Amino acid sequence: MAHEIIATGRSRTGIPTGRLAVWWVIGSEILIFGGLISCYLLNRFNHGPSWSVEAANTNTFIGACNTFWLLTSSLFVVFAHAASEKHDAKKTRIWIWLTILLGGFFMGFKTYEYTTEIQHGFTLFTSNFWSFYYTATGLHGFHVVCGMVIMGIIAENDIKHERNWHRVENIGLYWHFVDIIWIFLFPLMYIAK
Amino acid sequence: MAGHKHPSYLKIYFILLVLFVVSVAGPEVAEIFGMEGVSRTILVLVTAFGIALWKAYLVCAYFMHLKFEKIYAPYILLACLSLLLVFFFGTATDAMFSNGHNWVKPYSEEAAAEEAKSRSHGGHDDHGDDHSGDHHEEGDHDGDAHHDGEDKDSH
Amino acid sequence: MAEVTHVDGAHDAHHEHHKPSFWSKYVFSTDHKMIALQYMFTGMAMALIGGYFAYVFRMQLAFPGASIPFFGTLSPAAYNSLVTNHGTIMIFWVAMPVLIAAMGNFLIPLMIGCDDMVFPRVNRLSYQIFLLSAIILIISFFVPGGGFGGAWTAYPPLSAKAEFNATPFGAPMWLIAVTLEIVAFLLGGINFITTVMNARAKGMRMYDIPIIVWMIVIASILFMCSVGPLIAGAVMLLFDQTLGTGFFDGTAGGDPVLWQHLFWFFGHPEVYVVLLPAMGIVGEITCTFARKKLFAYKLILYSTIGLGILSFFVWAHHQFISGVDPRAAYLFTTTTLLISIPVAIVLFAYIATLYGGSIRFTTAMLFALAFTGEFLLGGVTGIWLGSSGVDVYLHDTYFVLAHFHYTFVPIAIIATFAAVYYWYPKMFGRKMNETWGKIHFWGTIVSFNGIFIPLFILGAGGQHRRIYNFQHYPDLAGADMQDMRVFATLSLIVMLAFQVIFIVNFFVSLKRGEKVGNNPWKANTLEWVATSPAPHGNFGATMPEVYRGPYEFSVEGREEDYWPQNEKPSES
Repeated sequence: MAHEIIATGRSRTGIPTGRLAVWWVIGSEILIFGGLISCYLLNRFNHGPSWSVEAANTNTFIGACNTFWLLTSSLFVVFAHAASEKHDAKKTRIWIWLTILLGGFFMGFKTYEYTTEIQHGFTLFTSNFWSFYYTATGLHGFHVVCGMVIMGIIAENDIKHERNWHRVENIGLYWHFVDIIWIFLFPLMYIAK
Repeated sequence: MAGHKHPSYLKIYFILLVLFVVSVAGPEVAEIFGMEGVSRTILVLVTAFGIALWKAYLVCAYFMHLKFEKIYAPYILLACLSLLLVFFFGTATDAMFSNGHNWVKPYSEEAAAEEAKSRSHGGHDDHGDDHSGDHHEEGDHDGDAHHDGEDKDSH
Repeated sequence: MAEVTHVDGAHDAHHEHHKPSFWSKYVFSTDHKMIALQYMFTGMAMALIGGYFAYVFRMQLAFPGASIPFFGTLSPAAYNSLVTNHGTIMIFWVAMPVLIAAMGNFLIPLMIGCDDMVFPRVNRLSYQIFLLSAIILIISFFVPGGGFGGAWTAYPPLSAKAEFNATPFGAPMWLIAVTLEIVAFLLGGINFITTVMNARAKGMRMYDIPIIVWMIVIASILFMCSVGPLIAGAVMLLFDQTLGTGFFDGTAGGDPVLWQHLFWFFGHPEVYVVLLPAMGIVGEITCTFARKKLFAYKLILYSTIGLGILSFFVWAHHQFISGVDPRAAYLFTTTTLLISIPVAIVLFAYIATLYGGSIRFTTAMLFALAFTGEFLLGGVTGIWLGSSGVDVYLHDTYFVLAHFHYTFVPIAIIATFAAVYYWYPKMFGRKMNETWGKIHFWGTIVSFNGIFIPLFILGAGGQHRRIYNFQHYPDLAGADMQDMRVFATLSLIVMLAFQVIFIVNFFVSLKRGEKVGNNPWKANTLEWVATSPAPHGNFGATMPEVYRGPYEFSVEGREEDYWPQNEKPSES
């Protein structure tokens, strides 16, 4: 960072560069998760009878709790964004840390869920349904953890020092996207039997 | 994004919560009333997936501010979504037809369903009274119902 | 590159004056031009490896079983590994980094008149991930079992199970390397797209953007939109390889053909991802050296966009004999034939640009013209392969191989040489030697045709791909066929030998090349406004403004036959 890059400050589209890039990241993520979900659906249609039996073994209660955590954390991150627009560092950090806390709840429940399932003999190798289940939810969980880490960095590195306010909105967009992926994974993996 | 009139975030959140409850309740209702066949499929599809779409729309439009964003952003996302549909339907023309004149299939759906059923019974016995037990029970009923339906078909 | 100094101190006014260390200047630089050079040199080094692989397996085919100079005797397993990695390297580690990453990094900020990419550090990260992937790939040649040998398309079950491919470490490492490379280009691509969307110079409207920038951006969008399912697929295949899941395992209820869809949904747009920058390069060069306005700029642009959209609807033409439903095959045949139209429009627009121009046959122009001719040949043979009926006969023969080499060699080799000869002055402030350049050109083009024309004939004669020794097949072991194989191999050696001229010319010109001014070719686009070589920050204190399109050559009523984009119109 020898000097300020002029290019980064330009905005011919009217969307700030950071946010525009996040939209493209989300676009590419749509295709990554979409590709996985497409494969899951194609398999599911082909293996209707056995997979609906398998899907009944997923823990809808924990899935529902996790949906609730993520929905609520989405609300919190929007509040963080609203606070960051007013350059209110204290409130922004509180809302971000609450979001991270809910992300932690999500991962905690996920860990418990994986543990019980593996104890009951439903592992990655049990059948292709379970392979898809662990891959899709695992990839999603990886995104949740990444989001939590980045939010922690933003809260402690940027907002604490009252700079780079736009990053709150950008990470918020990503977090909402992770939420939306879960909105689709939940019925696909847990509800549809 | 200042200067736009957002509806209250809390209001959107409560709508999302209500939709969430409906989406969980839908398949349970189908269970309770013992719905079968097409009507059950429609109910599950609408409550689980229709509402998922609606929820995703609400989050996109209001939490992600897509409704107030410059037109580029929704176009980017719509382009990616439509290409995903191209992939899905293009692949489905092939992947949904898994039978050919000279194809040997080492995998039997009936055997897999049978195996999955025995597995879930075993699982059920192991953890009969943990808090997710009732869900599993319903799941088993569901599996049985499916299997019965199949038997009728094949006889 | 020792004398790549920051000349013209006045332009350096707004950035720091301390002398950067070797590491921060050449290795951990965030400057887009240095990253472009890093990509270019990595790509060229990988091209040498890929070329060496081609030499080894061509020698095996020409003189089966003989000991190969500089290698030794080639085993069947090593043959498979070499063929696989030749394809992988040439596409993922040569064409992609040189055409998209190096050219995009070097040209986009210069051509749209800004000082760097919008995310310089993401740019550096992208190169570092790319370098890591290259290192992983190279290490995979030396692990027990050797490098992956299941063809660059990695079809399961061959690629999914170690008991089939016999490369328990090579296969996962290959897959990880490819995935990392894809991630690197996702980061780079998002950077390119965002830069062009947001950071254009003042006054540069949509139709003032040079065609190559358009093409690189469209290529980046194609890459981004097509690669997602493959990333998901790569994770699934990696689990199949290392953990033993059954995503693509028919006995577990998986679908091996699904991988082919995931792969080719990316793989076919990928062809256009590397084609578009090459066509952009050729367009720029053709236009500059014809001294004439680019013919039908908007038509080229719209054709390219149409091409990009269509490229998502053709992928299953790679799978006509994989059991795809014939009705679907009919559909994909139609789209495949349709997609040749926009490509042809662009190429014929280039040819029309030549008409009535005052053409200058510099080395760069020769390579650009050669691209147009050779690529047309590759495109026309593609029509046969795109028709599902003909493809049943020709699939997996050397005809396919010759066809895609007639597209990829013009893209990755010829267009790249054109670009290097053309932008070399901007990179290093000196010209490459034109005489040696022309010798290099003729040697490369003639020997290139000498390699692949025989392979067309062999392929039509039924010679199958991926065979270790054709002497085992009586139908293919005849002396006439073997002669053609030997001819192709000798042509390859000649072609490789001529590249030595290029390499020597490249490095000698760094020190001894003729020093040139900022605009040696008298071109219009903004990169020629910056000093050669461009300093950090590109344009110094005042960023350029744009007043007209990029191709105003030979405008009537002007003394000079070019009209730079940033030149203020005279008040009249």
